Amino acid sequence: MTQSWQKELIQTLIVALMLMYLLPFAINTFTLSILLIYGMLGLSLGLIWGFGGILCFGQAAFFGLGAYAYAIAAVNIGESTIPLLFAILVPAMFAMLLGAMMFYGRLADVYLGVITLVVTLILFKFINSTAGPAYVIGKARLGGYNGIPGFQTLNVPGSPDDYIWGDAFYYVCFVALVVVYLLVTWLLRSSFGRVAMGIRENDQRMSLMGYDTRARKTILFAIGAAIAGFAGGLFANWAEIVTPGLFSLGQSAEIIIWCIVGGLGTRLGPILGAAGLAYLKFLLGQQSLIDNTLITGLILVLFVLFLPKGIVPAVANLWAASFGRRPKNSRRNVRRARGGLNG
Amino acid sequence: MAEVVLETQNLTMRFGGVVASDNVNFKLNARELRCLIGPNGAGKSTFFKCVTGLLTPSDGQVFMRGDDVTGWAPHQIASLGVGIKTQVPSVMDGLSAFENIWLSARRFLNVTEANHKTDEVVSRLSLNNIANAELGRLAHGERQRVELGIVLAGDPWLVLLDEPAAGMTAEDVEQMTQIIHEMLNTTAVVIVEHDMQFIRSIASTVTVFHQGAVLMEDHVDRVMADPTVRNVYLGKNA
Repeated sequence: MTQSWQKELIQTLIVALMLMYLLPFAINTFTLSILLIYGMLGLSLGLIWGFGGILCFGQAAFFGLGAYAYAIAAVNIGESTIPLLFAILVPAMFAMLLGAMMFYGRLADVYLGVITLVVTLILFKFINSTAGPAYVIGKARLGGYNGIPGFQTLNVPGSPDDYIWGDAFYYVCFVALVVVYLLVTWLLRSSFGRVAMGIRENDQRMSLMGYDTRARKTILFAIGAAIAGFAGGLFANWAEIVTPGLFSLGQSAEIIIWCIVGGLGTRLGPILGAAGLAYLKFLLGQQSLIDNTLITGLILVLFVLFLPKGIVPAVANLWAASFGRRPKNSRRNVRRARGGLNG
Repeated sequence: MAEVVLETQNLTMRFGGVVASDNVNFKLNARELRCLIGPNGAGKSTFFKCVTGLLTPSDGQVFMRGDDVTGWAPHQIASLGVGIKTQVPSVMDGLSAFENIWLSARRFLNVTEANHKTDEVVSRLSLNNIANAELGRLAHGERQRVELGIVLAGDPWLVLLDEPAAGMTAEDVEQMTQIIHEMLNTTAVVIVEHDMQFIRSIASTVTVFHQGAVLMEDHVDRVMADPTVRNVYLGKNA
């Protein structure tokens, strides 16, 4: 295990380094930054849905909570390091409570979807209605529909005047995504990750084997929320404003579509799905002939019909079929079957 | 007298007006083999579910090795060292046979020990050829055997099997019988079963359920010779 982990670690780092230097030649770093942030958001749902079997319709809620937590803390503190921690912790705590309520209440999957959806809507409605001067947290006015502008953006830890923006912000986002990706990889290789995949496959069997599936699902749910919140914190820095639109249903639906298109049950799939579709949306946004959401919907339908497993598994299979040598190929299949971990 | 590992006192389970389990008093000694039989709707599965924590009994108590475990969650009961196999093969289909058994071993052992334990169970159940195959693609009998492996990997002192022989070939059943006999060196076994031939082949004490209550408890040969049991099975006195 450890040898293959080292190999994967080195491979990931080499590919990531190459991409980090090559990508800015094709797309400007401002756009790339948001693609990376969306990639991280996609990965957060990819982790809990693809590996934990928890379909959350409200991943945008954690993203939005992370962004708001960052903005509110940044206004109050005036430095970015601790607010970024808040962006991770606040959604994680929130998800811990919500998850405990849902999983210990033994809610079936459908109700889980409904509740996460409704929670997103409630947050959207609530934040939207906080325009009045009464809604203040410390020095930060929640601002209702207008959101919170003008907070301290990312700076070098400890010195609030050294802002990290432009190209530097892109590199920060890239490194952050790679770190999160490696953490997710490590988590999935650990016993906790393997048990999580067992729970995804058969919840009752795992509890009859002596695992407390409720606690484990709650923890995994919170980890997913922490990653989404981190992405939200970075998003706040990118956009330099947070608005209630972050909690919208459209945003939540998009994250699910990223995962389906990219490939569920893989780590790369949701990242590529997110970045790819977000970039497509960006390009389509420059024309006014066809509505953007129509295209996204069409893509979803086409994928569900013709490529239901998503891009990454399809490409991996194609690669194995055309270039993979047989013995090596079969070994790879074995590893996938063992851990259910690929892509 | 041997240690009592499983005991129920006046175990009753009601679903609305239906009494699925009616005042069941049941005792099982360490390393004893017991079969539960009875016609459909006799309350075997309800009893099984109450004991494994899948259902909370309306009345009465369940004791395991002297601890009152009434109302415990399934994972708490399993954590005591109780191996459970449900009626339909309940396995992780998307994972390999090895991973399935490993997950069970990992519950009580560290990673290295779990790896050893899994290898041991895999060869004991002669699953070597299919250890790395995705479980969903295997035959029914093989999946049943993997589930038995899951039960064994936890080194239980009490094993509860719900219809282990269902849908298996004669050859598979024979192997299953042998495995169960080996298991009795370390654990007590309760088997819920319909297949009388299978029960005869493992020849043990049988508890007959009828309309939620225990009808009789005796050796399999005497139970099968009993006219009341025959009537119950054929539905004459029901």
